Amino acid sequence: MHWIGVYAIFCMIFSGWEIYDASPSLPFLFPQWATLGGWLAGAIAWHLAAMWLLFLDGIAYLAYGIMSGHFRRDLAPPALSAFGADLGRALRFRLPHRLGYYNAVQRLLYLGVILTILLAVATGLSIWKPVQLYWLSGLFGGYPVARGIHLALMGMIAIFVVIHVVLVAIYPRTLLSMVSGTASETGS
Amino acid sequence: MSPVFDKSGAGAELRSLQRRGLIRRSLSLGSLALLTGCDLNSHSGVDAALWAMLRFNDRVQAALFSRNRLAETYPASAITTPFRFNAYYQIWQVRPVPDNWHLSVAGLVSDKAPWTVERLRGLPQAAQVTRHICIEGWSQIGQWAGVPLHSFLKRIGADLTARYVAFTCFDGYSTSIDMASALHPQTILALDFERAPLTPEWGAPVRLRIPVKLGFKSAKNLQSISVTNTYPGGFWENQGYNWYSGV
Repeated sequence: MHWIGVYAIFCMIFSGWEIYDASPSLPFLFPQWATLGGWLAGAIAWHLAAMWLLFLDGIAYLAYGIMSGHFRRDLAPPALSAFGADLGRALRFRLPHRLGYYNAVQRLLYLGVILTILLAVATGLSIWKPVQLYWLSGLFGGYPVARGIHLALMGMIAIFVVIHVVLVAIYPRTLLSMVSGTASETGS
Repeated sequence: MSPVFDKSGAGAELRSLQRRGLIRRSLSLGSLALLTGCDLNSHSGVDAALWAMLRFNDRVQAALFSRNRLAETYPASAITTPFRFNAYYQIWQVRPVPDNWHLSVAGLVSDKAPWTVERLRGLPQAAQVTRHICIEGWSQIGQWAGVPLHSFLKRIGADLTARYVAFTCFDGYSTSIDMASALHPQTILALDFERAPLTPEWGAPVRLRIPVKLGFKSAKNLQSISVTNTYPGGFWENQGYNWYSGV
C-alpha cells in the first residue's frame, strides 16, 4: 500500500506542477523536466487518473489503519512534552530509531501528512467540481481560494517527502524493512 | 488553452503543438522514471489507458451533474475588469463577423431555418453574472445575456433525447456538450457581454455561455449548432482535453 501511494502521490505532484505552470499563481514555474504529462491536457489526464489510484489506495490504507489498530497503537497524537523531548533528541541526532515503533516526532509527521493528503484530496475535489460540489468549494472559501490552498498543501506534502527521504537515508535499515515488509526488529 | 501563435490558423497550430509535444517528451524526466513521455498523442499503452480514464471520468461527471444545481451568481460589483481574452489564437487574429452571417441548425431538429441576430433577439432573454473557469486554472467573473439554450432547442424542435449538441465556429473552433448540460437553465446563447452586444473578440455575433463547464466549452463566434447522437468531439477535446469538463 505504501508503494502504490508513493507512485500515486508522485504522479499527482508532478502532473500538478504541469497544471500549475499553465497559469502560475506565484512568480515561479516548475521546470518542464520535472513535470508529468508533456502539456496541459496530458497533465490533467494523469492528474485525474492517478486521483483514482490515490483514492483507492487511501481508502484501503485508512480501512487497514483503523481495523488493525495501527492508527490507535502507532499514530496516537503524542503529548507535547514527549514531542518536545523527542524533537530535541532528533535535532541532536540522538533519537534512537527502533523499527516497528514510532517516536513522537514520527507520530506527528505521519499523522500530519495523512491529514494533509486528506485535505489535498478534499480541496482537489472542490476545484474539480466547484458547482456540483459547491458546499465543499464553499467550505474552502470558493474556487480561487481553494485552488491556493490546494497548492499550499502540495508544498507541505513535498516538504514531508523530502524530510522523510532524508531520514530514511540516515537510517537505511528502515528502507530494507519497508521493502521486505517486516515491521519489527529482532532483539530490540 | 495556451494560445499558439501562428497566422495560418488551426493546422499550423496543431503541428506546432505536436512539435512542442515531441520536444517535451524527449526532455521529460519522467520518460525515464514515470512514463511521462505519454502525453495523449503517442500510441503507447499508457496513453490508451489515459484515454480510457478520460472516458471513465466523463461518465463519473455525468453522474455527478444535476440539472437543478445552479452555478453561483455574483453581484455586478464582482465582475472582473478588464476581462481576459482567451482563444486558441491571439487577440490580433480575431476574425470579424462574416458578411451575411447566419446561425445554421442541423441534425435532429424539425425546423432547420437559419437564424439572424434579430430573430435571436426576438426570443425570451436571460442574463447572468457567473464565474468563467479556465482549464488552465484561472477564473474570472463576467456578465452575459442571451437566449437560454433549452428554449432555443425547444423552439427549433430538437430531439431532446439526443446525446450531444455540437457547435462549430467561423474562427475554426468547435466543441460539443451533453444534452443534459445543454438543457441546464444557465446555459445560454449569449448575444450580450457586459450589457452591450458582443464584439468579435468576445464571440460576436453569438456565443455559447455555459457556466457548468470549463471555459473552453463556451465556444465563441458560432456558425452552426447540431443535435446528434454521434460523438462530435471538438478542437481541444480531440487533442486530449477531457470531453465532459464539467465543473
